Amino acid sequence: MAATFPADQTLRKAKDSGSPPKRRLNAPWGDALFSFLAHSAAWLTLAILAGIIGSLLVGAAPAIKEFGLGFLWHSEWDPVQDHYGGLAMIYGTVATSFIALLIAVPVSFGIALFLTEMSPAWLKRPLGVAIELLAAVPSIVYGMWGLMVFGPILATWVQQPLQSAFGNAPVLGTLFSGPPVGMGILCAGIILAIMIIPFIAAVMRDVFEVTPPMLKESAYGLGATTWEVVYKVVLPFTKTGVVGGVMLGLGRALGETMAVTFVIGNQSQLSQLSLFQAANSITSVLANEFAEAGDGLHRAALMYLALVLFVITFIVLSFAKVLLMRLKRAEGARA
Amino acid sequence: MTSISAVSGPRMAMHMRRKRVNAVALALAFGAMAFGVFWLVWILFETIRLGAGGMSWALLTQPQPGPNSEGGGLSNAIFGSLAMVTLATVIGTPIGVFSGIYLAEYGQKGWLGSTTRFINDILLSAPSIVIGLFVYALVVVPMKGFSGWAGSVALALIVIPVVIRTTETMLNLVPHALREAAYALGTPKWKVIASVTLRASRSGVITGVLLAIARISGETAPLLFTALSSQFFSSDLTRPMASLPKVIYDFATGPYENLQHLAWAGVFLITLGVLALNIAARVFFRNKH
Amino acid sequence: MSFHPIRLVSLAAAMCLGAFAAHAADAVTGAGASFPAPIYSKWAEAYNKATGNQINYQSVGSGAGIKQIKEKTVDFGASDMPLKDEDLATAGLIQFPTVIGGVVPVIHVEGVKPGQLKLTGAVLADIYLGKVTKWNDPAITSLNPGVKLPDAVITPVHRADGSGTSFIFTNYLSKVNADWKAKIGEGTAVNWPANGLAGKGNEGIAQNVQRLPNSIGYVEYAYAKQSKMDYVQLKNAAGNFVEPDDLTFKAAAAGADWSKSFYQVLTEQAGKDAWPISGATFILMHVAQDKPAQATASLKFFDWAYANGDKAANDLDYVALPDALKALIHTKWASIKDTAGKSVATK
Repeated sequence: MAATFPADQTLRKAKDSGSPPKRRLNAPWGDALFSFLAHSAAWLTLAILAGIIGSLLVGAAPAIKEFGLGFLWHSEWDPVQDHYGGLAMIYGTVATSFIALLIAVPVSFGIALFLTEMSPAWLKRPLGVAIELLAAVPSIVYGMWGLMVFGPILATWVQQPLQSAFGNAPVLGTLFSGPPVGMGILCAGIILAIMIIPFIAAVMRDVFEVTPPMLKESAYGLGATTWEVVYKVVLPFTKTGVVGGVMLGLGRALGETMAVTFVIGNQSQLSQLSLFQAANSITSVLANEFAEAGDGLHRAALMYLALVLFVITFIVLSFAKVLLMRLKRAEGARA
Repeated sequence: MTSISAVSGPRMAMHMRRKRVNAVALALAFGAMAFGVFWLVWILFETIRLGAGGMSWALLTQPQPGPNSEGGGLSNAIFGSLAMVTLATVIGTPIGVFSGIYLAEYGQKGWLGSTTRFINDILLSAPSIVIGLFVYALVVVPMKGFSGWAGSVALALIVIPVVIRTTETMLNLVPHALREAAYALGTPKWKVIASVTLRASRSGVITGVLLAIARISGETAPLLFTALSSQFFSSDLTRPMASLPKVIYDFATGPYENLQHLAWAGVFLITLGVLALNIAARVFFRNKH
Repeated sequence: MSFHPIRLVSLAAAMCLGAFAAHAADAVTGAGASFPAPIYSKWAEAYNKATGNQINYQSVGSGAGIKQIKEKTVDFGASDMPLKDEDLATAGLIQFPTVIGGVVPVIHVEGVKPGQLKLTGAVLADIYLGKVTKWNDPAITSLNPGVKLPDAVITPVHRADGSGTSFIFTNYLSKVNADWKAKIGEGTAVNWPANGLAGKGNEGIAQNVQRLPNSIGYVEYAYAKQSKMDYVQLKNAAGNFVEPDDLTFKAAAAGADWSKSFYQVLTEQAGKDAWPISGATFILMHVAQDKPAQATASLKFFDWAYANGDKAANDLDYVALPDALKALIHTKWASIKDTAGKSVATK
């Protein structure tokens, strides 16, 4: 039996009649070049990202010096008196993103589950593409649709009933106070949810799909139901990817500017912690005021807010990392 | 051999409970899917209703009209968007993919990998307006003018984090067995990554790139102070350049009806364009087995 | 991973087209206020048809326009808020007006027709201050006998972004209401009282008012007219209730004395038909030009617009400048010089 090793870098079987075609993969510089490309891409990325954060720090320095950490819990925002406090915007950003995630994550999970386990084959591709198309709709369209179409519906079918039902309850009462006109944090949160669903659902679907079929088939073979396979086999296997997809969606929610500006009401005061009251988020304040802000404390305060946004992301990310680490550790312990 | 009658009592109850949980969970999943698709259908329906009527040859060939002017189209915005999105993808995708490769294949240990990964995730949530302002300070002020180049760079900076995140995620999901098999055959590392790992995760990486393109096709804020915009057709990347989202924003938020119709036609175009790109990419990169 | 040939080809095509971009025609960039954006783009369209030159004006807001011209990223800036003469001198800029328009309060009250409601500036300011909270408050009903006003809370809408329109409006409120002047003052961005909502841009206010019952807002006249909104009559300095239209804006402009300085804010002017919230909009250019060709091209455009653009301005509900003022502006252009000290204006 003639030796038919597949050709590689070191073996050269030129004369053997039964040998496979020569495929010289002997480019010793291939590894070095590829590694160089990958390393320099990482360095470039790091430089760019660090540059952005650095320029923010430099820009925000006057405000940090002036207000210090008190900026985070004062809510007065006065461009005329040059007195700034970011609490109202921070609350707006955190509340809208929280609502957005609360709605989007289960919905995306449901969509991914449907697409991978329940959908008939002919529906998979079109539905997947359709969901991804939602990501292409310009954010202004969401903003305008939210203001003109969705807002009134939210006011009549959700806000007014909620207010009449819970208006006098202790905690919920404050949350649902304010004019039920279809604007504010709740409206912005729901619009954000619709905007981030395509991102989270697309990534979840992709990671669910690459689960090794053998893992799933073993579970099915043992008599597990579809739900159990997804919950106990697929989800643990893909948890890093799922968390990554959620981070992608959260990123979009925290950073979305145009759609939020249209529906959030743009009031920088924090009179009550209401979901219906006109409010402001960090991004809408940036969009509204940055172009006109003169060099000085106003601009520095706005950059300080942007920095705070990054810190919020940092905190949420660390939380996600800790969560993942705990899950991984628990996984090992159960084995 | 146990018969069904022997599987009785608590076992049967557990079996029924599991079936019930399954049915409820799947019903909820279906409901979630219907919920998501409902919004999609509604928004797409509005887009088609308001925008499809504006489709015409003039839309593609004539530059934007003034308020209440006759005729006109969106040629300047279409060209500008095509040019800047293409440029941003061409710049951003290689950097993003190679960084993702670094993070997944070379950088699991060590500080460069974990720092880049962490900062990348933070930057994913950067408001696009902040990126625009960064590019303004970096490109526009030194160049003493707005330009299509600045706009492309700003868009590329949005593409990069998205592509890095999805590439790294998908590469990490490729089973090690695949890599090890390739190594066992004597394949050099770069070939393993290029021909095996990347190929196996190809679909997911493409999804990431497509998501990034879809996102930048609809972004206005980063272009406001980089590319500005222009009401005239211009192919000069060193001067202000129009883009569909900015023109749509200007027209849709104004009171002039002829411009509002054009704005919706523009929205329809963007959606159609991304759909076409999606289909083309899936077809081109499908698993040819 | 294979190359994407389609992408490469289209990129190559784009770059080739870019190489052919050298055109002999002028290409000028300007940015600033959104108030005059419609008329500037209309003029630019006509000018392009007539001469082939491209005057690209983009609306980014008055404050941003001022910032951009100071940083020399554009050839001219535009602002609804005129800069004071000292600030002009410090920045090395010259300003001149192009058109005049008006800011109009608009309301959304069931049963009240456009132009039916009468208000005074003092009451308007009190509404925004939160001192007058309901539509059937005696302050409003006493001005409007015979108009049925509901017992509903008023939602005042203001601008979320910095804006020259806000400057004109708050300047007016400061002139007619001492309380407003003391508590809030005037400016492109002020510390608005917490009792209302804000919208981005003229369109933000317009959309919010259209959407919210019992709201009131302020928009530039073109918006109110094109969107067919419910405007109000205001009592002017002479004591007459006037409606917003080009005649009343013209009357407001007639009283101003432009010969001393172009810093004129046309609110609460003395004319008997004057609309009390009028304003001119201004162009800003550097006095010492390092790009004299661009400056000449810009001035040629404005010269053309003053000569040929009046009808277009009127069609879009702006008021063209009186001829005497245009002549005065021409003489001021002589002060724009290049680095050698030679004036860039051709006439």
